[in-house]
Amino acid sequence: MEWLKTLISRPSKGVSGKTGYWRTFKPIYDRDKCVLCYECYVYCPENCVEIVEKVVKIDYDFCKGCGICSEVCPANAIEMVKED
Amino acid sequence: MLKEGIILCLGGQGGVTAGRILALACVKDGLYAQAIPHFGAERRGALVKNYFRLSDKPIRRHSPAKRGDFVVVFAEKILNLIDVKEILKEDGLVILNSKRGLNGLKCYYVNASEIALRLNLVSAGWPIVNTAMVGAIARVLNLSLDSVLSAVEDTFGGRLEDINKKAVEIAYGEVKSWSG
Amino acid sequence: MKTILTGNHAVAYAVKLSRVKVVSAYPITPQTTIVEKIAEMIAKGEMDAEFVNVESEHSALSVVYGSALAGLRSFTATSSHGLLYMYEMCWWVSNSRLPLVMAVVTRTIGPPWNIHTDHTDLMTLRDSGWIIAMAENAQEALDLTIQSFKISESLNLPFAVGLDAFVVSHTAEVVDVPDQETVDEFLPERKQAYRVDPNDVFAVGNIADNLETMRMRREMALDMEKAKGVIDEVGREFGEIFGRRYGLVEEYMVDDAEYIVVMTGAWSGDAKEAVDILRKRGIQIGLLKLRYIRPFPREVIERFDDRKILVVDRSFSMGHRGTLGIEVGNVVDCKNVVAGLCGVDVGFEDFKEMFERFVRGELGEVEWWI
Repeated sequence: MEWLKTLISRPSKGVSGKTGYWRTFKPIYDRDKCVLCYECYVYCPENCVEIVEKVVKIDYDFCKGCGICSEVCPANAIEMVKED
Repeated sequence: MLKEGIILCLGGQGGVTAGRILALACVKDGLYAQAIPHFGAERRGALVKNYFRLSDKPIRRHSPAKRGDFVVVFAEKILNLIDVKEILKEDGLVILNSKRGLNGLKCYYVNASEIALRLNLVSAGWPIVNTAMVGAIARVLNLSLDSVLSAVEDTFGGRLEDINKKAVEIAYGEVKSWSG
Repeated sequence: MKTILTGNHAVAYAVKLSRVKVVSAYPITPQTTIVEKIAEMIAKGEMDAEFVNVESEHSALSVVYGSALAGLRSFTATSSHGLLYMYEMCWWVSNSRLPLVMAVVTRTIGPPWNIHTDHTDLMTLRDSGWIIAMAENAQEALDLTIQSFKISESLNLPFAVGLDAFVVSHTAEVVDVPDQETVDEFLPERKQAYRVDPNDVFAVGNIADNLETMRMRREMALDMEKAKGVIDEVGREFGEIFGRRYGLVEEYMVDDAEYIVVMTGAWSGDAKEAVDILRKRGIQIGLLKLRYIRPFPREVIERFDDRKILVVDRSFSMGHRGTLGIEVGNVVDCKNVVAGLCGVDVGFEDFKEMFERFVRGELGEVEWWI
């Protein structure tokens, strides 16, 4: 029953490798502007925004730089900056 | 001892049910049987052909019989639609719902319409003749009356059971051979 | 208990006796009376199962895909256009390696509309990974349905039980219905390779590596080969308990036969009578009934490669030959008669004439019996 391993898959972090290198623009977070509304956390399609002790943490290993977090932020606390 | 029959009725007269009751009666008599309804564009009032087989051995064939050892006719007007001789084997016999039999053929007859009316077995303006015809066919095929009555019990419940058993009993007793 | 049942009701009773838990189906003639009877038994409390009404066959198979995935013994039934409408889901079921049983009442594919028997619909499942069986009569329809759950669940492959429209589905005939205790003794609790569980989250059929996926197909092919042994073993065990032995094929007077006719389905009974008639005249002819189309009983057919073989088909592959003509012809040389398509009646008298012409060497490579 080797086929079972191919047929079913369990959610795990980065099964396709570290997708962070796909990024052109990088989200930069400004703690001072942040109102802790959690919009970025809710909307991130890659589930790589976490809020730890009232601070937004972005997992740059997996963030593809789509910019949705920056788009939905009502306080303009996330700026998309071109990577070097 | 394979016997094949063709049951001709009009859609709504209960020919399919008649075939199933007869088949069940055959099982109760220790025989094998098969009731094959022919489906197509049949509807109320249109001619419907059913096929029937009984045997003392398991029945293998499933195709419709081209000619019957017996042909059952549920309504006289069917004789205007189909030439019974064309679907009857040589020496085959006809079982007819009528006051009289057919000349020139081996024929049994029973007035099933009258029996149904007498018992008030009427639905949507038609006398329902199927169980009376079952009684007549069973008598001609030498099935036991008890088996047929028990098959009717298995098929119907309540008032319908009693009245249909009565129809079977009367026709089983009244069916006659025509010598014309 | 011996009683009178139509082929469709025989299937319905088999489903009840097999303790199926979920049934979903969409009505289509001539299948409808199977699920009507099941719905009636559930409504009366005679059968402990859930009946899910749906708006299409695609949804019907999707519902039982889900219930089978969740670990419940599940059943659906369809015919012709209904089968074609659920075709995508047929492949989801087999490629997900789900044990599941479906009755297919074989019916002509339109246009023009036609409700009568023709095996072409069932044959469209050949490449999909479903085990495909064909019943000759109501008794076989009941017996194969009970066996199908055991076979399907021991191989993680879905199972289609075929029965001819009207000729079997609506013909009332003698059926020996086994009691619940004996069926329970024969049919164990459902087993399957995996089941979904809300407490153990995983995805089924997510994108996977190409080579691994191809390996999965090879395993499925090997399991189909293994199915041959399982089918014969389960059929033998069924015979020991119920007195009617089953297997991949039924051999009728083939041992000493110079001529062998290969076919499947209800008309095999008529063909056996024609074989008897020719035998009485000293013609050494026999009949090999394919009870299973998938897995294909290749090894059985190979045994007869020194005989003259005629394949009688009730399905046709446009641009080639009769479907079974292709299949059998891939193993041994054979003549192919295409007959009874679109519900055309073929009886023992036709078979007698057909077999006589075969024995006299009058049949071409592919003959249309019209």
